[in-house]
Amino acid sequence: MIYLILFYEFFKIGLFAIGGGLVTVPFLFDLAEVYPWFDAKDLADMIAISESTPGPLGVNMATYAGFKAAGVGGAIVATLGLVIPSVIIIMLVSKLLKKFRNNIWVDSVLSGIRPAVIALILFAGLEVAKLAVVDWKTLLMFALFWGAIHFYKKSPIFYIVISAVVGIVFQL
Amino acid sequence: MKQLFLLFITFFKVGVFTFGGGYAMLPLLQDELVRRRKWTTDEELLDYYSIGQCTPGVIAVNVSTFIGYKQKGIIGGCVSTLGMITPSLLIIMLIAAVLAKYMHNQYLSYAFAGIRVAVTALIADTLLGLWKKGVKEKWAFGIFLVSVVLLLWLNLSAIWIVVLASAAGVNIYKFGKQKGEKK
Repeated sequence: MIYLILFYEFFKIGLFAIGGGLVTVPFLFDLAEVYPWFDAKDLADMIAISESTPGPLGVNMATYAGFKAAGVGGAIVATLGLVIPSVIIIMLVSKLLKKFRNNIWVDSVLSGIRPAVIALILFAGLEVAKLAVVDWKTLLMFALFWGAIHFYKKSPIFYIVISAVVGIVFQL
Repeated sequence: MKQLFLLFITFFKVGVFTFGGGYAMLPLLQDELVRRRKWTTDEELLDYYSIGQCTPGVIAVNVSTFIGYKQKGIIGGCVSTLGMITPSLLIIMLIAAVLAKYMHNQYLSYAFAGIRVAVTALIADTLLGLWKKGVKEKWAFGIFLVSVVLLLWLNLSAIWIVVLASAAGVNIYKFGKQKGEKK
């Protein structure tokens, strides 16, 4: 029964949380008030851990909350509940897009949005940078990494692994 | 079957190495999907982000569904999304069950501090590339500049930026047609 409730609640979040992972947070605080699964303090821990582990934030949060509420089954049910609305909606949009791809209006809308999305990515990048580049050590590392990334087009995974080692060795 | 397996593995890899949410994932997606697998283009990926921004749900999931669906239809969309969320499920459950108390470990936080710097540098380089490709015309630069101002100083939410930019796109097209120019 709890699985059904979990699925339903996270399906609702998946359907109404527009704009990415952090948007799910206020919905989770609502859940904490209604159900005995976790409280606001648990949520604070969950956010901290979800942000510092790999994977999309929203998915991490759903898995963590589901696990707290009802173990492994709860984690799976909550996560599936969260993603199923997206999957259905995106498939519908994708179908429409295929049909109207060459429509001049669709094309002009998309070409208007593209520079704006670049601004959104810049904004997200600045948010990460504020947490990442905090002293001269991290600033130097940033410059060296950017140079390396730009001139040796290796996989991002390569740089992420190296950066973890650098972080430990130089105690950032 | 082989294609489905490739979709799963590719998005699994992206899921494992994404630190810091949907936008931080873009350099990884470009490397895996555009350069390595040639499943999409930089431009199309940006369109997926635009649409993912104004449709419900987690952006990472929206993008994986898009790519999977384009490659292999409904099953492809589902398999890609499963690939994307499986690492989260495994890692978070492991942490929630046994590791939560080690998350405050000093060395772990050093490692994360390093990773954050690399992610910032990766995003910076991706931005540079997108900028060169996507902001060529004057009107594109205008939309970019206005978006930055609205985001940084007015804290406008992303949905509004996307809505305003699409209106701008349509008007620029109309205006361009009136003047008899090509956009």
